[in-house]
Amino acid sequence: MDEPTKSAPVIEPGHTFGTVTDKISSIVLTRPTSNAWFVGFGVMFLLTMMLLFAVGYLFVKGIGIWGVTIPIGWGFAIVNFVWWIGIGHAGTLISAILLLLRQSWRNSINRFAEAMTLFAVASAGIFPLIHVGRPWLAYWLFPYPNTMRVWPQFRSPLVWDVFAVSTYATISALFWFIGLIPDLATLRDRSDERWKKIIYGILAMGWRGSARHWHRYETAYLLLAGLATPLVLSVHTVVSFDFAVGIVPGWHTTIFPPYFVAGAIYSGFAMVLMLAIPIRKVYALEDFITERHLQNSAKVMLATGLIVAYGYIIEAFMGWYGGNRYDAFLLWNRLHGPYSFFYYMLLVCNIVIPQVLWIPKLRTSPVWLFLISGVVLVGMWLERFIIVVVSLHRDFLTSSWGMYYPTRWDWMTYIGTIGLFLSAMFLFVRLLPMISIFEMRTLLPEAEVKE
Amino acid sequence: MKRTGVYGMMAEFDSVHTLLEAANRTREAGFKRIDAYSPFPVEGLAEAIGFHHDEVPLVVLIGGLIGGLTGYLMQYWISVVSYPVNVGGKPYHSWPAFVIVTFEMTILFAGISAVLGMLALNGLPMPYHPVFNVPRFAFATKDRFFLIVFSSDPKYNSLDVRRFLEGLRPRSISEVPD
Repeated sequence: MDEPTKSAPVIEPGHTFGTVTDKISSIVLTRPTSNAWFVGFGVMFLLTMMLLFAVGYLFVKGIGIWGVTIPIGWGFAIVNFVWWIGIGHAGTLISAILLLLRQSWRNSINRFAEAMTLFAVASAGIFPLIHVGRPWLAYWLFPYPNTMRVWPQFRSPLVWDVFAVSTYATISALFWFIGLIPDLATLRDRSDERWKKIIYGILAMGWRGSARHWHRYETAYLLLAGLATPLVLSVHTVVSFDFAVGIVPGWHTTIFPPYFVAGAIYSGFAMVLMLAIPIRKVYALEDFITERHLQNSAKVMLATGLIVAYGYIIEAFMGWYGGNRYDAFLLWNRLHGPYSFFYYMLLVCNIVIPQVLWIPKLRTSPVWLFLISGVVLVGMWLERFIIVVVSLHRDFLTSSWGMYYPTRWDWMTYIGTIGLFLSAMFLFVRLLPMISIFEMRTLLPEAEVKE
Repeated sequence: MKRTGVYGMMAEFDSVHTLLEAANRTREAGFKRIDAYSPFPVEGLAEAIGFHHDEVPLVVLIGGLIGGLTGYLMQYWISVVSYPVNVGGKPYHSWPAFVIVTFEMTILFAGISAVLGMLALNGLPMPYHPVFNVPRFAFATKDRFFLIVFSSDPKYNSLDVRRFLEGLRPRSISEVPD
């Protein structure tokens, strides 16, 4: 806020409590639903139905319809799981970590970034469940008293993952909902139709903005942010343990936790930009999601991208310098093996192309940022593909080497989750305020309290 | 419950400054049971209406402790007492491996306590509340600021309170029916 004039403002000047409230709530309450929305939602809904079909067929036939086969027991399902859960991380970073760091520019983008987190975690959560082979027994992962008198094995990273991801999903949902309460009350009071008043009224739970309530609310919100901060760092750390605790070359490395977390935030900000850029254009929200937000997100991407690059360099360095012939072979195999094309693509997408973000002009250009973000998302997906598939397909014994080819069912499931994610986003922007109204009010000059 | 049929006297203000000043002056005038409503959190407003004891942090602390203890003891009991399995020669009580689930359970319980504790202490959800009887109160979630003196205040007297609030130069004053 008090930055000098060189950077764009967080909110364009001239806005008041009233205009901010009306602008954001009218998108939900009075703006007619456009044909483009119906087309977009319809396409995404069809993709979701494709996901349902692919998963339904999987339940009937079993995971033999996928490309996974020994030695590659982890295929698309785990690649997509890690990719989605990583994307979710940016939402929590924006809403919790940037709140604690008093980065008030986050107030314009935290709401839909949190929604993005929720939907990404939902998309991610599907994969381990359907990957277990007998998905109707997936609840065995949770410790519950049962007549078999068996319990989960708590030395296993896969069980840690169950706790980490389910805690993350729960806390993200709570954080998102508690942030929505005051805005739901605004929608309740602004809507003219009775049924809308009733629905938003129930969701707002009788919020009336009392000073006592605000005080407890802010305490709870801040504490939740303080809890979500170590949580989000732990989640991708635990996901990386799924690999790092194994002895497979390319997995068994201590760089994994920080490099996974950085990669998660990298891909998450790419997704934030890919959503924010069209949304601000379509709903004319350039006043609230300004060049400042684009630029800051681009800078976060640049920084986390360099951490990821450092991770790649250390992996390669340790392969060469570590003296372990299997690690050395892994490096050779990445560079010259049958999947080398994807490794070079990964380097181009994640390291080479994003360096253009050093050019200040590109950091504020929506079109360029959108394209670069798309490249980063592809690159981060390839990274997980390299980690999962290339490490597994040629391990210690030459006799057990193999190749992995995804089937159409793998692709249908993956693309289907993109459909699920985007159809949830379409519904979200139509039904709930996509920018936090009450937090935007606090950024206005008239909200400042002088002693 | 119905004593007077009146819940309190409510004054409406245009800006956060006037509300804050009004709240301070009302408290200084000796009114004990007052509240203020604003469309966003206002620093110092809770203190101005005489609210000091926020128990949310305590609730979160207790929730977190219960979560952490539950997490650790659950793993200990399962791995050592109920279902000891030798995995790669690791001890049954593999405490370093138990740290992660303990941590996640701490966060989970603390987070749930923060949300449910905040709602419970605020008395939410509350489907009906008398302040919503004032039509103009709908603007409390947009751009208006309200101050109320409850009729349960020992000094409450319709006429005096109205005269006092008028002195604070509000935009409007309304009696809130119970």
